[in-house]
Amino acid sequence: MRAMLFALLVAFATAAAPAHAVNPDEILDDPALEERARDISAGLRCMVCQNQSIDDSDAELARDLRVLVRDRLVAGDTNDEVVAYVVDRYGEFVLLRPTFSARNALLWGTPVIILLLGATAAFLFGQRQSQSRAGEALTVEEQARVAKILDEGERNDG
Amino acid sequence: MIVELGHYALVLGLVLSLAQMVVPMIGLRTNDARMLSVAPSLTVATFLVIAVSFAALTWAYVTSDFSVRNVWANSFSDKPMIFKITGVWGNHEGSMLLWILTLALFGALVAFFGGNLPSRLKAAVLSVQGSVTVAFALFILLTSNPFERLSPPPLEGRDLNPILQDIGLAIHPPLLYLGYVGFSICFSFAVAALIEGRIDAAWARWVRPWTLVSWVFLTAGISMGSYWAYYELGWGGWWFWDPVENASFMPWLIGTALLHSALVMEKREAMKVWTILLAILAFSFSLLGTFLVRSGVLTSVHSFATDPQRGLFILMILVFFIGGSLILFALRAGTLRNGGMFHPVSREGALVLNNLFLTTATATVLVGTLYPLLVEAVSGEKISVGAPYFNYTFIPLMIPLLMAVPFGPLLAWKRGNLAAAAERLWLVAAISLVAALAIAWLAYDAPVLSAFAYALAFWLVIGSFADILQKAGFVRNGWSKGWARLRGLPRANWGTALAHAGLGITTLGIVGVTTLEDETVLRMTPGETTSFAGYDVAFNSLTPGKGPNFTYDKGIFTISRDGRVIGTVEPEKRVYVASRMPTTEAGIQTVGLFSQYYLALGDAVEGSEDIVVRIWWKPWVTLIWYGTVIMVAAGLISLSDRRLRIGAPVAARRRRDEALAAAKAEPAE
Repeated sequence: MRAMLFALLVAFATAAAPAHAVNPDEILDDPALEERARDISAGLRCMVCQNQSIDDSDAELARDLRVLVRDRLVAGDTNDEVVAYVVDRYGEFVLLRPTFSARNALLWGTPVIILLLGATAAFLFGQRQSQSRAGEALTVEEQARVAKILDEGERNDG
Repeated sequence: MIVELGHYALVLGLVLSLAQMVVPMIGLRTNDARMLSVAPSLTVATFLVIAVSFAALTWAYVTSDFSVRNVWANSFSDKPMIFKITGVWGNHEGSMLLWILTLALFGALVAFFGGNLPSRLKAAVLSVQGSVTVAFALFILLTSNPFERLSPPPLEGRDLNPILQDIGLAIHPPLLYLGYVGFSICFSFAVAALIEGRIDAAWARWVRPWTLVSWVFLTAGISMGSYWAYYELGWGGWWFWDPVENASFMPWLIGTALLHSALVMEKREAMKVWTILLAILAFSFSLLGTFLVRSGVLTSVHSFATDPQRGLFILMILVFFIGGSLILFALRAGTLRNGGMFHPVSREGALVLNNLFLTTATATVLVGTLYPLLVEAVSGEKISVGAPYFNYTFIPLMIPLLMAVPFGPLLAWKRGNLAAAAERLWLVAAISLVAALAIAWLAYDAPVLSAFAYALAFWLVIGSFADILQKAGFVRNGWSKGWARLRGLPRANWGTALAHAGLGITTLGIVGVTTLEDETVLRMTPGETTSFAGYDVAFNSLTPGKGPNFTYDKGIFTISRDGRVIGTVEPEKRVYVASRMPTTEAGIQTVGLFSQYYLALGDAVEGSEDIVVRIWWKPWVTLIWYGTVIMVAAGLISLSDRRLRIGAPVAARRRRDEALAAAKAEPAE
C-alpha cells in the first residue's frame, strides 16, 4: 500500500509539470532523452524568475539552462549527474525540491512531527478526559435505578 | 477637493475607529451600559466615513486625476473604464484602503445583524474589531497614503500592470479580502470571549455564520485567482504553490478546520479551547498573508510594493495582534471548561481527525513558504522550496483526509459505529473502483496507479451523498416518502453533502488534468494545419492590431474533429503602450463540458512568417472550478439554514412579547 502511494506521488510529481516554455528548436530528436530532459527541467528553478521552473519560463537564462541540460544528456550523463552538474554551478537555490539534508530536516520533518504531536496530544487529551470522568461512572445502586426507570418506560410504551 | 475630502474622511475614520475601540472597552471595565450601547453606532459611522474615503479615491481614478500620485502611477487615460475602477485596488495603497473598507464593513454588519448578541459580548467584539481598524488606518495614513498629490501634475499616467488588466482581477482581490477580513470577526469574537471569560455553545452559533461567510468568499477568491492565473499567465497552470497563493491558502485551510471544530462546539460544547485557538489562528494567517504580500519579503508576481518601512509596520501589527491574542489565550484558556466527552470513533472523533490533518497541512505549507527565508537568515545560503516539495508533503496528508470524509457525516455524535458506516459505504467504494478502472482502461496511456486517485475522487463525490440518502431511506420508505424526507432535511445537511461532493469534483478535475494532460509545441505557418490530441488545428491567420492601450498580434485558429468545427480561438500577444510590457492572452476552447483545448502564442521565428505555438489538451480541467463553485453554493445553502435557526430566538421573543402584551390587554377588557 505504501509503495503504491509512493509510486502515485512520483506519478503526480512528474506528471504535474509538462513542458511549457520549451521552443521547438530546443527539442531533442530522441524522445526518451527529451522526456528525461523535461523531468529534470521541471525540478530546476529559473534563477531570475519567481517560483518558476526553467520549463515554465520564457527567460533567456532559463533557455540557456534548458539547452545545458540537454547538452549534458546528449553527452551521456545520467539524470543525477546532470542535476549535480547544475547544482555545482548555480548552488542549491536552483533546486525546486530541496535536498534531504540535515539543514532541511525541519522542512521535511514538519509534516511528520506535527502530525505525530497532534495525534499524541489528541490521544492524551482523550485519555485525560475519560479518566477525569471515571469517577462519574454509575454506582451499582444507580445502575439498578436506571434499569428500573428504563424498564418502566418500556412498559409504558407498550 | 474631493481627493482631500477622501483623505480627511480617512483621518476621521481613524478617529472614529479609535473611539470604537476605546469607549466600549471602558464601558466593559466600568459596566456602563451607555458606553456599551454606543459601540454599534460608532462602528457604522467608521464604516460610512471609510466608504466615503474609498469613493473619493475611486472618483480620482474614474476621472483620471493624475495630480494624485497613486492614480498617475497606476492608471492611464485611454484605459477602459472597468480597469480604471478595478485599478483602485490593483496597487498597494488602494488595496489597503479596500482592506480597511471590508474590515469596517464586517464590523458594521455585526453591529447591524448582531441584535441577538448579549450587549457586553457585542461591545467587546466591536471594540476588538475597532482596534484592528485603527492599526490599519494608521498604517495607510503613515506609510501608504493613496491621496498624496503630485505637483506639477503629469499629463499622462504610467498605467496599471498589464497582467492585472483583466476582469479576473476585478473580482479576485475583493473576494479574497472579504474572506481574509471576514476572519477578523471570528478573531474579534474569540478575543472578546477571552476578555469576557465566558464561552458556550451559543458563542459557536454566533461565530459559525461568520466563519462560513469568510470561508465562502475565500473559496471563491482563491478559485477565481486560480482560474485567472490559468488563462492569463499563459502557460495553463492552475496552481503554482507560489508564496502568495500559499498566503491565501493557509487561512482557507485553518478556516475549514474552524468551520468543523465550531460544529463540535455548537452541538456538543466540546473542543472549546481549540476552537478559540483556531479562530485566532485563522485571522493570524490572514494577517501573515497580508504581511507576506505587502512587505515584498517573498518576491512574487503579486507584490506591487517592496518597501521595508511598510513591511516593518505590518510586522508590528502582526506581532501585536497575533502575539497579544495568543498571550491572552495562554492566560485565559485554562479557565474555559470543556464540555461533552466522546468516544474516538464518533462524529466528534472524525472532526478531530479532520482538524489534525488540516492543521498539519497548514503547518506544512507555512514551513515550506517560510523555510527559504529562515535558511537565508540563519546561514545566508539561498535555497528554493517549490512545487515538488508541496506535492511530496501536502498530497500524502490529503489522501487519508479525503478517504475519511464520507465516513464523518455517517458517524453518530458521542459514539459512532464504524462498521455500520463502512457497511453503508461499501457500495460507494465498489462503484468508485469500477469507474476508476474504466477510466484507467479507456485512457490507456495514463499511469496505471492513477486509478487509485480516480477511485478516491469518485469515492468522495458519491460518498458525500451517503448520509442524506441514508436519512431519506428510499429502501425502507419507498420513493415518495423517501423523496419527501429528502426534501424535509435541514439545509445544513445538504450543505455538508454538497460541499464534500464539490471537494470531490475539484479532486476529480485535478486528478484528470494531472494524469491525462498532453501538450505540444511547434512552429506553424499561417494556413498550416496540425493534428494534436485527436483534434485538428488550422492556423488561419496572424494579424496585428491596436487595442485601447495596447497593440497586439492575434492568431486565429480553427479547432475541428473529423471535419466538424468545434470552435475558433484567438490567442494574442500584447504589448502595452505605457509600460512596454508584453503579455500573452491564451485562446481557450471548451470541448464537451469539462475539457479544454488551450493555445498560446510563443515567439515569432525570425526571418519567416512562422510563429511558435503551444497547444495543451486539458481534460476535465474545468471540474476544478466547478467543484469550487459547488462548494461556494453549498456554503450559501448552509448559511441560509443557519440564519433561520439564528432567527429562531428572535421569533420566540417576539411571540413571548406578543403573549405578554395580550396578557396585559386582557384585564383591561
